[in-house]
Amino acid sequence: MLDTAKIRADFPILERQENGRRLVYLDNAATSQKPRKVIDALVHYYHFHNANVHRGAYALAVEATDAYEAARTAVARFVNAWAREGVVFTRGTTESINLVAGSWGRANVGRGDTVVVTAMDHHSNIVPWQILCQEKGATLRMVEITKDGRIDLIDYARALETKPKLVAFPYVSNSLGTVNPAAQLSKLAHAAGAVTVVDGAQSSPHLRVDVQALDCDFYALSGHKMLAPMGSGALIARPALLEEMPPYHGGGEMIERVWDDRSSWNRIPHKFEGGTPNVEAAVGLAAAISYLETLGMENVAAHEQQLAQTAIERLSEIEGVNVYGPRDHRAGVVPFTYGDVHPHDLATILDRDGVCIRAGHHCTQPLMRRLGVAATARASFYIYNDVDDIDALVTAVRKAGELFGVPA
Amino acid sequence: MTDLTELYQQVILDHNRNPRNFKRLDSANRKAEGNNPLCGDRIHLYVQLDGDTIGDIGFQMPQGSGCAISKASASLMTEAVKGKPVGEAETMFQAFRDMLAGGTNAPGKLAAFSGVRAFPSRIKCANLGWHALHAALQNSGDPVTTESARDF
Repeated sequence: MLDTAKIRADFPILERQENGRRLVYLDNAATSQKPRKVIDALVHYYHFHNANVHRGAYALAVEATDAYEAARTAVARFVNAWAREGVVFTRGTTESINLVAGSWGRANVGRGDTVVVTAMDHHSNIVPWQILCQEKGATLRMVEITKDGRIDLIDYARALETKPKLVAFPYVSNSLGTVNPAAQLSKLAHAAGAVTVVDGAQSSPHLRVDVQALDCDFYALSGHKMLAPMGSGALIARPALLEEMPPYHGGGEMIERVWDDRSSWNRIPHKFEGGTPNVEAAVGLAAAISYLETLGMENVAAHEQQLAQTAIERLSEIEGVNVYGPRDHRAGVVPFTYGDVHPHDLATILDRDGVCIRAGHHCTQPLMRRLGVAATARASFYIYNDVDDIDALVTAVRKAGELFGVPA
Repeated sequence: MTDLTELYQQVILDHNRNPRNFKRLDSANRKAEGNNPLCGDRIHLYVQLDGDTIGDIGFQMPQGSGCAISKASASLMTEAVKGKPVGEAETMFQAFRDMLAGGTNAPGKLAAFSGVRAFPSRIKCANLGWHALHAALQNSGDPVTTESARDF
């Protein structure tokens, strides 16, 4: 287990008292808290290095550009990208996926083609493909899940028989915690002739990720779920694909030359970074990566899996609690329901004890329909959580049961 | 700090457990659907208007799609407006909404929801049924959502 006492001291917000109790933050799948190191990096950037990037002829602008490009190198190393030119900074996973849909998708998907997603995908890995397919007259095929919350590999194989142009899936499900066999899924999709898009929003903060080992084509991540600022994120792609793709946003920075009626494009990745980028977000992301690398991603993963397992055991001792998702191959996400207490009520009651959880459909409405629930409560763990947090969670859930008269 | 028992008063817990008028109304001549996309709450509201009077009223919430606050609020609402003229029901809606916005307590049992004021994230839950009622009485066929109704 990680040294959580030492880690907690790095997170100013965890000093906050909630109704006289310590803050028990268990909504990390929504967003993570930020360590002082990341917050300080933002302040330091604005105190000493701020200028616009890639265009200044003075030392300050060179420093800002160096900081921005050093962040790109850090991201490339963190996920073992094919090349640092294959790292496009975006606002996060959602924009990364929209970039692929809007650029690669619009250029390569046509009438009668198929795009495959899964029933456990987040709306951000469904809706961009719906929009693309509706625009192009293509078919969106949703792969079913098994009863225990895994991608149904039999249905996946059936979907691949349609020879889809593109297959998108999450590495880790935000609603179930399932860690999908991403390398295997990617291999099968490639064999069927598809390019693959991996939603890495929930894997990047929690697992050691190697996109070359996954052998996918596109990998999307969000910084804000991995200690970095909101609005930080990246699309990791095979450089050869990026070279062929048309631009996504037109504007400054992404061009080489502009004539009256046409333009030529900058080199990758800049071709996809029109406009002044969010430099401080990139700087903050690099600081977050440095923090995580010091801990070691294997240690992070082991810590969270241990917490999730303990939480599942402790919650399951409560009569009426139903935990969703597979028993193994899962990350630190624990979705559950409790008797007929609505998750929204559970979240309100837990909040009184300073326990922050998410309640709702978690931006996975197709999955919720398949689970046969309108909503679940979800506790999700990160590096600063410990067994005391699980105690607080379980105590508060029991309290909700007493208030609502759930039979014990 | 507001105690949880001020939010979840006995009358609310009772109406959550045993919602009144919790039925589809085949005789309804006005219907509306309410939707809170943030938490997935959904309500189907059925109103039988006899002239200017709410002769009968019923509501349903698809399996698991109603939290205690939204379900109890809709239940108490149906009790409060049944047999009342449309104008009086609209006045109650206004009083209820004013109470949640920080005003004085609504009349009768509706005052049980005064505790919701201290829980801003739950105000939409309490209002959901009332907005559906308002839509049904206006006879607008469009489903109302907590996001489209500006004054939710």
